[in-house]
Amino acid sequence: MELKSKNLLGLEGMKKEQIELILDTTETFKEILMRPIRKVPTLRGVTIVNLFYEPSTRTRISFELAEKRLSAELVNFSANTSSVQKGETLKDTVKNIEAMKIDIVVVRHPSPGAPHFIANCVDSSVINAGDGAHEHPTQALLDLFTLREKYKRLKGLKVAIVGDILHSRVARSNIWGLTTMGADVCVCGPSTLMPYEIEKMGVRVYSDLDKALDGRDVVMVLRIQLERQRSGLLPSLREYTNTFGITKERLKRLNKGFTIMHPGPLNRGVEITPEVADGPYSVILDQVTNGVATRMAILYLLSGGEKKLE
Amino acid sequence: MSRISNPEYDYIIACARIIDPESGLDKVGDIYIKGEKIVRIETEKLVLKKKKSKKANSVERIIDAEGKICCPGLIDIHTHLREPGREDEETIYTGSQSAVAGGFSTIFCMPNTQPPIDDQESVNFIYEKAKLAKCRVYPIACITVGRKGQQLTEMTDLKNAGAIGISDDGNPVSDSRILRHALEYAKMLDLQVISHCEDLNLSKDGVMHEGFVSTVLGLRGIPSLTEDVMVARDIKLAEFVGVKLHIAHVSTSGSVELIRQAKKRGLNITSEVTPHHFTLTDEAIKSFDTSCKVNPPLGTKKDVEAIIKGLKDGTIDCIATDHAPHSIEEKDVEFDSAPFGMIGLETALGLVITELVEKKHLSWIQAIAKLCTNPAKIFKLTQGKIKAGAPADLTIIDPKIEWEVDPSKLKSKSKNTPFRGWKLKGRAWMTIVNGKIVHKLK
Repeated sequence: MELKSKNLLGLEGMKKEQIELILDTTETFKEILMRPIRKVPTLRGVTIVNLFYEPSTRTRISFELAEKRLSAELVNFSANTSSVQKGETLKDTVKNIEAMKIDIVVVRHPSPGAPHFIANCVDSSVINAGDGAHEHPTQALLDLFTLREKYKRLKGLKVAIVGDILHSRVARSNIWGLTTMGADVCVCGPSTLMPYEIEKMGVRVYSDLDKALDGRDVVMVLRIQLERQRSGLLPSLREYTNTFGITKERLKRLNKGFTIMHPGPLNRGVEITPEVADGPYSVILDQVTNGVATRMAILYLLSGGEKKLE
Repeated sequence: MSRISNPEYDYIIACARIIDPESGLDKVGDIYIKGEKIVRIETEKLVLKKKKSKKANSVERIIDAEGKICCPGLIDIHTHLREPGREDEETIYTGSQSAVAGGFSTIFCMPNTQPPIDDQESVNFIYEKAKLAKCRVYPIACITVGRKGQQLTEMTDLKNAGAIGISDDGNPVSDSRILRHALEYAKMLDLQVISHCEDLNLSKDGVMHEGFVSTVLGLRGIPSLTEDVMVARDIKLAEFVGVKLHIAHVSTSGSVELIRQAKKRGLNITSEVTPHHFTLTDEAIKSFDTSCKVNPPLGTKKDVEAIIKGLKDGTIDCIATDHAPHSIEEKDVEFDSAPFGMIGLETALGLVITELVEKKHLSWIQAIAKLCTNPAKIFKLTQGKIKAGAPADLTIIDPKIEWEVDPSKLKSKSKNTPFRGWKLKGRAWMTIVNGKIVHKLK
């Protein structure tokens, strides 16, 4: 089976079979990562550019490691040390990079649709590593993988996504991915951080955290930024923590064997208490581990797949 | 066509379906033109039939317009011609070429140029450049100096120099006190004020309509409220001052309703809508197409339906393009970084016919009224009617022709249109300004 797609721009519209293929392939790569020698020659001769227009720790290192473990050649680009500072447009930048003969572009950009714009400019495969508040498909896929690994299923799983939904690409990609796989998703957060008509994406909306958590298997906690207070969307982070912060007390309403997730970076003591983040039900670090395997699977599938994998 | 001197006429537009909303005329006939004027309209003894029967060989001074529609020259009260300042995107000359190709014989240009048209000298500059233009070009001048919303422009001077109206288009006059005084002052001068209704706090950082599509795309939304609250405010201010007011580019169902109610109360509020706002919705942005990035933003199906209803019942008086040229470099960027605006002079008529007339939302006479008669009335122009003695500004429309929009063939210097590849019905076949044929479709 093939992915039948040149790019990975988002999970909106992605078919169940395609997601399953990525998750199944991820399983194979995770197994490779557990071996004493974690490197395979699968992408030897493939050149990848990591184009980061926004700060990133996890996603960037995760992609780099995935590329290295597949034996790909990689080049890192960050906006603050490049000709972007001299006023070069995104189109010129990617056209120039492509002229140096590359195969895959991994892009992180603050503007929604920037990866789609790049995909229209170049022949290489494009992977969206996060575009503004639009999508972050590799994060959602690693979240799906982490959940499937634990529960052996995604269908019927009851998931609550809590926090700043308005600005969250992780929330959007997870909503598409989880609902496609048959999970039951709700979102919860202050009304000022809830995007217009989000329920049309197939989720229930709560502003009461206790109601949202009632009978849920999984809580995805999103990062809340101080900036939201300054821009008039929140009275204070203190009030946010009191109303929407995930504390041990709140967890009582969840189903047995529940799971706590967070895409990072954490604001300990703001959206999540340290004891919850580090609790036995937290899979926050598993998410990070699975990120590398997921990205290996995606890179492999986009560069043809099926050929050299043992 | 040679111009042989003749006591009665220079040439005849023969056998066209003449539609003149002003007089209610809708009949096949001949229009006689002499010099810069219409001299006679003949609906009984048609020259072509007479000549054909007599096998006359002298048909040189006859334009055979059988099967075509001849209406008053179209008037676009809202264009951006970018001169002075961005002549790389459009000039008064190229804008006028685009206008006549689209069937417009008169266009108004907005003052948000660099520098803005906010003094007498700038108005004179536009008229100086307009001497070479293919059509009539009337400048709209600023309400406030530099479009900054603080100090009133010298409106007496502007009016004396020939400003057809005043607007800070592109910006609202945010300070209600300043707008109040601007309306009072303009009333004294009988100068038409055109409002760009946008609450800048509500639209801050927004790049598209706030709705389900912006939610999915993660693009920052501009709520409909942005326009609605300012339309409500401006109507109240105009009512208080007791002055007429024209609302530019209406785009939301809410503001259509506010204008409808204002008119019902007997206020002299007029309004316009662009072809893209009755044709497209925010769904068009799903592919992050920057040519669909406009201000006010493309709304939802509900807004389009309300606009069409407003056009039908007369709430919306005019159709204006908001022709906004932008260079390829400026538009070929990430959606967030692209400027707002699309060109429209050459697609407007085709969209009116395809989307409104063909779909039976408007009759021909209604559609034409919104493209010339009503604009002429609001701005007190002598053109905009077909009548003996009136200026010979005429547009001959081929209502049956089907054509595909090819940006490379458009006369506008800029190519930022989302209608690339669209198949439209109806097009300007000939445009006549002051008796002179300035466009003929090949």
